[in-house]
Amino acid sequence: MKATPALDVSGLKTHFFTKAGVIKAVDGVSFSVASGEIMGLVGESGSGKTVTGFSILGLVDPPGRVVDGSIKIEGRELTGLDRRDLQKIRGRHVSMIFQDPMMTLNPVLRIDTQMTEAIHAHETVSHKAATARALEALEKVGIPAPEERLRSHPHQLSGGMRQRVAIAIALLNRPAIIIADEPTTALDVTIQGQILAEIRTLAAEFGTAIVWVTHDLSVVAGLADTISVMYAGRIVEQGSVDDVLDRPMHPYTRGLLDSVPQIGHERGRLKQFPGMTPSLLNLPEGCPVQPRCARATALCRAAPELMERAAGHFARCHHPLAEPSREVAQ
Amino acid sequence: MTFDAPQNSPSRASAADDRPILKLQGVSKRFTKPIDLAAKLLNLAGANYRERIVHAVDGIDLEIQRGEVVGLIGESGCGKSTLGRVIAGIYPPSDGTLRFKGQEFKTLTPEHAGDAAIRIQMIFQDPMSSLNPRKRVVDIVGEAPVFHGMVPQAEMDKYVDEVLVRVGLTGDVKRRFPHQFSGGQRQRIGIARALALKPELLICDEAVAALDVSIQAQILNLFMDLREDLDLTYLFISHDLGVVHHIADRIVIMYLGRVVESAPNRELFAAPNHPYTQALLADVPRIDRRRQTYRPIKGELPSPLNPPKGCHFHPRCPHAFDRCRAEAPVLKHVAPGRMSACHLNDG
Repeated sequence: MKATPALDVSGLKTHFFTKAGVIKAVDGVSFSVASGEIMGLVGESGSGKTVTGFSILGLVDPPGRVVDGSIKIEGRELTGLDRRDLQKIRGRHVSMIFQDPMMTLNPVLRIDTQMTEAIHAHETVSHKAATARALEALEKVGIPAPEERLRSHPHQLSGGMRQRVAIAIALLNRPAIIIADEPTTALDVTIQGQILAEIRTLAAEFGTAIVWVTHDLSVVAGLADTISVMYAGRIVEQGSVDDVLDRPMHPYTRGLLDSVPQIGHERGRLKQFPGMTPSLLNLPEGCPVQPRCARATALCRAAPELMERAAGHFARCHHPLAEPSREVAQ
Repeated sequence: MTFDAPQNSPSRASAADDRPILKLQGVSKRFTKPIDLAAKLLNLAGANYRERIVHAVDGIDLEIQRGEVVGLIGESGCGKSTLGRVIAGIYPPSDGTLRFKGQEFKTLTPEHAGDAAIRIQMIFQDPMSSLNPRKRVVDIVGEAPVFHGMVPQAEMDKYVDEVLVRVGLTGDVKRRFPHQFSGGQRQRIGIARALALKPELLICDEAVAALDVSIQAQILNLFMDLREDLDLTYLFISHDLGVVHHIADRIVIMYLGRVVESAPNRELFAAPNHPYTQALLADVPRIDRRRQTYRPIKGELPSPLNPPKGCHFHPRCPHAFDRCRAEAPVLKHVAPGRMSACHLNDG
């Protein structure tokens, strides 16, 4: 393992102070991602996965606030930095790809303007050099006829093309880390395949560390090296992609996996995980999964800690699943 | 009349007949953007503005047998939702005939056509935008059956209770408004509204796409239970191959307004025939595929305003040859129960 991971988050807590009460959207999240590694941050809606990504970039707006924890990028602490220092880091050392590329793109500016602006914000280079770099970035993400695309406006591009441009902008300053928030969810299967292929190449080629925030287990299965599963603001399971998907320890992870209709599996009723995600304002006492969990006992009324149950495989559960119980495809 | 009573309405009496419950022949749907006044004036001055026509659905032949679950797969813009809406009677078809249990819609008297129409119900992707936010659940679910005379007004409450129980809710939620429910519960209300009319054919348009995985599994299970208990036929429209593989008996693949392949579920996944189907199956992310090397097909869905000549897929197809650029392939049998529209099958 490398001495300094590209991204090291520990004990991160982001709370929202609302009239109805304090919402602990992220409540003690820790993980680290090495250069060239892709981590899947998986969870259902309301699990806090997106807020975790936003917190890393300092994008949480009031009433939300990072209240505790540390975020280190290549060893440098990010929490507590003021706006100007943060702006120097954003887009340069860490950048973000959103689900909707129009969050990144300005609808009234041409692509080349937007891309060269992102370079000039961090470096003093000639306009010509900046344009050349923009062109190169568009080529990297597989955009056909990039010279032409540079002169287009966002509305002239298809959804898949816009997402590629957004990815190209994220790459412009060769950031050490990219946070990608469900960037392929809105795309079609064939376009998604194209983008995932590019992402894998980029991580390998530039050594970019990628945090891939998603609800889709099948996407992270093909893409990620490690997985962190979130539930109600906390990581409930963490490990290598094979450990988590083939030998899940947390009953919630198991439940998620059973819920996904899989190609090649026997059809018939899906094993469903009962109930739904609890409201963060009204979390059950102890383990938050407990009311939905078939393995819950009196012990679960005390909140479990995230513990290493096998080498590199962590679970936050009093009654982890020990045996590899994943059914073999028939 | 109660919801779970034996179904012996006249339309159910013919349950034994082996005619397809739905038969489409050459159904097309075109959307036209008429030229505006300025363009008309400019045309008088010699300009050449024309109407823009989108062939959303282009000559579809489709049969659905009673009790069958047909999965309709395609990428955005391929016309799958438009086709669903044509079948549900929301859009009139521009061309072609639509037969429900052997009867053509156009030839029915308005009264009978209305009766047939309520036998086909639709469930939408986003229950928030398809449920009236100002109505209580009891009215959302109960209004239509009362209006159509299936249930007397006085028994509406009792009837709604029964329908709600059927979809896994309890009767005590019926005084609430849609915003007071979670996404999964709202989808159950959408299903209850459709079921209240005792449909024979349910069209589910991306009905589980907006739901979280664990909730999606609960709703998929509900669909499967309902099918068994109520003798339902589904047209399940989705872009999610995993979901369709799980629920469908037969799968129909659409590309740019046309059906390119139709095959029984298992056979389609074992040996896809059409190059587009092959590309779709190769690209689909699966939990059992780790560190996947994607070999994506090139390019994007062309604009339906200006579809390519010949086979719509030829600009992206790795096997395209001269004939594909000139002549549209016909959907024909390639094996018993399997159809495909590709020139490669002609040897």
